[in-house]
Amino acid sequence: MASPGEETVSVPHVGKKKKAPSRYWQEQQKEETKDGAVKGTTNPTAVDSGPKPPKQKKRKLKHEQNKNKKFLKHDQNKNKKLISGKSDPFPGKPRIPGDRLQKFKRKNKMKKPPRQHGKLRKLIVRSEEASDMAQKQAARFDLLLPEEAGFLEGDEGEDTCLISQEDIANAVDITSGAKHFNLKLSQFGPYRVDYNKTGRHLLIGGRRGHVACIDWQSKHLMCEINVMETVNDVKWLHSESMYAVAQKKWLYIYDSNGIELHCIRKFNDVLRMQFLPYHFLLATASATSFLQYLDVSVGKEVAAINTKTGRLDVMCQNPQNAIIHLGHPNGTVTLWSPNQKEALVKMLCHQGGVRSVAVDKTGTYMVTSGMDKKLKVYDLRAFKPLKSYFLPAGASCLSLSQKGLLSAATGDIVQVYRDVWSTPVTKPYMAHRVRGAVWGLHFCPFEDVLGVGHQDGFTSMLVPGAGEPNFDGLDANPFRSAKQRQEWEVKALLDKIQPELISLDPTELGHVDRATFQQKHEDRVKALGFDPLAKVKFIPRYKKKGRSSAGRVEKRKKQVAHEDQRDIIRKAMEDKRKTEEERNRKEQKKSLLSSQKSALDRFKK
Amino acid sequence: MKVKVLSRNPDDYVRETKLDIQRVPRNYDPTLHPFEVPREYTRALNATKLERVFAKPFLASLDGHRDGVNCLAKHTKSLSTLLSGSCDGEVKVWNLSKRECVRTLQAHEGFVRGMVVRFCGTSFFTVGDDKTIKQWKMETPGYGEEEEPLNTILGKTVFTGLDHHQKEGVFATCGQQVDIWDEQRSSPIRSFTWGVDSFSAVRFNPVETELLGSCASDRSIVLYDMRESAPLKKVIMTMRSNTLCWNPMEAYYFTCANEDYNLYTYDMRHLEKPLMVHMDHVSAVLDVDYSPTGQEFVSASFDKTVRIFPRDAGHSREVYHTKRMQHVICIKWSSDSKYILSGSDEMNIRLWKANAAEKLGVLAPREKEAANYSQKLKEKFQNHPQIRRIARHRHLPKSIYHQTKELRVMKDARRRKEMNVRKHSKPGAVPVVSEKEKHVVTVVK
Repeated sequence: MASPGEETVSVPHVGKKKKAPSRYWQEQQKEETKDGAVKGTTNPTAVDSGPKPPKQKKRKLKHEQNKNKKFLKHDQNKNKKLISGKSDPFPGKPRIPGDRLQKFKRKNKMKKPPRQHGKLRKLIVRSEEASDMAQKQAARFDLLLPEEAGFLEGDEGEDTCLISQEDIANAVDITSGAKHFNLKLSQFGPYRVDYNKTGRHLLIGGRRGHVACIDWQSKHLMCEINVMETVNDVKWLHSESMYAVAQKKWLYIYDSNGIELHCIRKFNDVLRMQFLPYHFLLATASATSFLQYLDVSVGKEVAAINTKTGRLDVMCQNPQNAIIHLGHPNGTVTLWSPNQKEALVKMLCHQGGVRSVAVDKTGTYMVTSGMDKKLKVYDLRAFKPLKSYFLPAGASCLSLSQKGLLSAATGDIVQVYRDVWSTPVTKPYMAHRVRGAVWGLHFCPFEDVLGVGHQDGFTSMLVPGAGEPNFDGLDANPFRSAKQRQEWEVKALLDKIQPELISLDPTELGHVDRATFQQKHEDRVKALGFDPLAKVKFIPRYKKKGRSSAGRVEKRKKQVAHEDQRDIIRKAMEDKRKTEEERNRKEQKKSLLSSQKSALDRFKK
Repeated sequence: MKVKVLSRNPDDYVRETKLDIQRVPRNYDPTLHPFEVPREYTRALNATKLERVFAKPFLASLDGHRDGVNCLAKHTKSLSTLLSGSCDGEVKVWNLSKRECVRTLQAHEGFVRGMVVRFCGTSFFTVGDDKTIKQWKMETPGYGEEEEPLNTILGKTVFTGLDHHQKEGVFATCGQQVDIWDEQRSSPIRSFTWGVDSFSAVRFNPVETELLGSCASDRSIVLYDMRESAPLKKVIMTMRSNTLCWNPMEAYYFTCANEDYNLYTYDMRHLEKPLMVHMDHVSAVLDVDYSPTGQEFVSASFDKTVRIFPRDAGHSREVYHTKRMQHVICIKWSSDSKYILSGSDEMNIRLWKANAAEKLGVLAPREKEAANYSQKLKEKFQNHPQIRRIARHRHLPKSIYHQTKELRVMKDARRRKEMNVRKHSKPGAVPVVSEKEKHVVTVVK
């Protein structure tokens, strides 16, 4: 009896009765068997004690028993015994939750073409299968991601927005606590802030010429310079080795040692900048109302657009489709691509001027704040307002985190909001007062940190739940080595998307171009003199034994013609049904609305 | 207060020692990977460009013949062996991996017209202008031994082609008639004739092994069943076919190389209309051979080019030419489907890659993966105009380029005229005849 079976434990020969360590799957099985016993009539005590069930019930019970048996049999099939004698407690493949599958859904299922297009059908079926498998695999993999997002919850009655940064920093581990810090730089004040794509490096630019880049987690100062000029904005380029500084007159590019690489005289009076990482484009908005694009991989100006809307000092990009959003003093927000001299979209968002714009990671929502002290959320799919909030002081700067937290700066107070687009928000998630008016806000990617640049320097705030917990090592890896960075750089440059491909819908390239096909087909018909794709006229096959008499041939022709006719009728009926349904629905809606009494009903006769 | 802040342990993300490989944690969340389609498109574009950069199909030229190469034969068992017969009656056996001639024999007086290796690979047959069929051992004769045929059959007329049965000791020759021979006998066991004509090629079907096809000089293609005494049926076309080749994977299909610059793929059950007309050559097509996969075939033409056609496409996917290559007489696709061998008028045999941009040799797993990925991308975006333009571009010799243009102009003019005639005649009087139907005259059973 040396084998460590269950029986050895359950039948001890000496001492106290030992219980086998309970396993949760065993519990489940026990419960199941108990259920079976209660339901079935196998339990003799139950049968004896209780009154005899009537016959009908008995039959029902029998049926149930059979069902149970079937169930058990099925189970036995599933729980195949292993060589060790144990059965697999989790047979089969694990189920994938629906929301995960939804997350990786790329397209709707294609309609299968009719049988006569065999090849196409096969091709489509195969590609559907492949994409289905990819979706499932990705969803499965999603369950295994190692990190989980941060959170902050108050005790009962405790408001999370009243929890101070010091308390959070004290409560969390030392490394995370060290991520909250203040840089007191009162001389060259207010500061613009930018984190690079991996979130490892921080760039701050003071209005009076102070520019510094810092490996902020190790607090290693990479370089610090004073450009002896007004600095309007600072921006990292594709990697941490280069950054752009918009100075009083020209645009400059420095390397991470603070050495001036380029002075770009084509770009003057730049106020704000955005870097499009997949296109290697630096978009700049200037005081002379020019929106310019610089291709940083080849150093060429791609486009210069005169927006004719005055001074441009509100700017952000949509990370999903690389469209630039500009805010204007007349309350409009305009959307731009480098391929068009006119704005793609003009939206009137505020009564006063627009102070700040931000677009979320998925490219679905846009948050704007204006001089009318309102904070508005727009749905970019329909270009419609979703929510409107009133902030007593109005927000001067906005920033959205990867997880969708919104930070808004009102004077010297930074407020962080949660779920601004899904639920009506009444109070902030977090709040923090800094030492001067805020000039720059930026959430650090892949970290629960918000960088705040203000009159008195820089503050790094802890905002639990802001950053994406799991990064992709091939896209933006905060832990990458120099070698990995070089490799990434080469690959990214090879994959550089041409600026011509920027459009409102980034998946446009993947759509079927029906217009061109039609045009081509028309040309072909013209050249050939007949339509090669036209339906061929039905010619009945010659049949022997007198079955091809003129009457019979006519009959067969008619059959085919009727079939075609039927198709047309069927289609027409379908259309009719649909319109009918639509009308019914509308009427229903109308009647519902009319049934509700309005205040004006009392004046009706 | 309950709080959790993201805090990653670097040990989980950085390799432990320098000898380890770097850790790359993945997250396939689509929002972390924006611009999926444009990025894939860019990759596809780059892959297509690189394919054109690396397209260097010419591998080697085997020289040694003293007259034009008239026929080639693949060894049935050995990939590295090739046999070639020239117009001066010389047969050479080549080692392809060493790219050298291992044996030379004077087989015939005059042309070597046809050559085939027996299915077992131990001997081969040749026919020549001297009206003989000779069987030779595949092994080189030992020291002191003389180069002598195993067997010689004297025929009555000149033989122009030869093919061997796939499984039995039976072979077929063609000349003034198609003869079926037993290896053991000196007279044909069966002879097929259908009218007075001479045949230029005969081929056994590799799948339905008793079937034969032959091209006759009266512009017809004749099909036979070896078990029957009379031919099955024939299709008469507008111009003469030079050779035909059966699809090795689809028993019903064969492709013939025609004098009217086209190739035609037929289904042998329905000879009334070819399945596909393959156009691109600008001169008579002299030879055709299928790849062992049956998906593609290669053709040799009098216009000094070699073209590769997909089985079901009307135009070629590839064209090979060199400055020095003259009229290409014979062509073979190697049995591993990786190489193409062409024999031409100027006494050389050329070795080409079947996929011009393919990297030869053993590939590392990552190389293979990258190649597969880029292949799939190219396939996915092949119809985008930019990509198609790059993928389709081929440099052609000036003469062929101009001839192609000229042919196009002629064709357009003819079509225009027909359209005008149709426009000015009674509706239905000038029917639309499709390109496929144009070239078939009749089918005789």
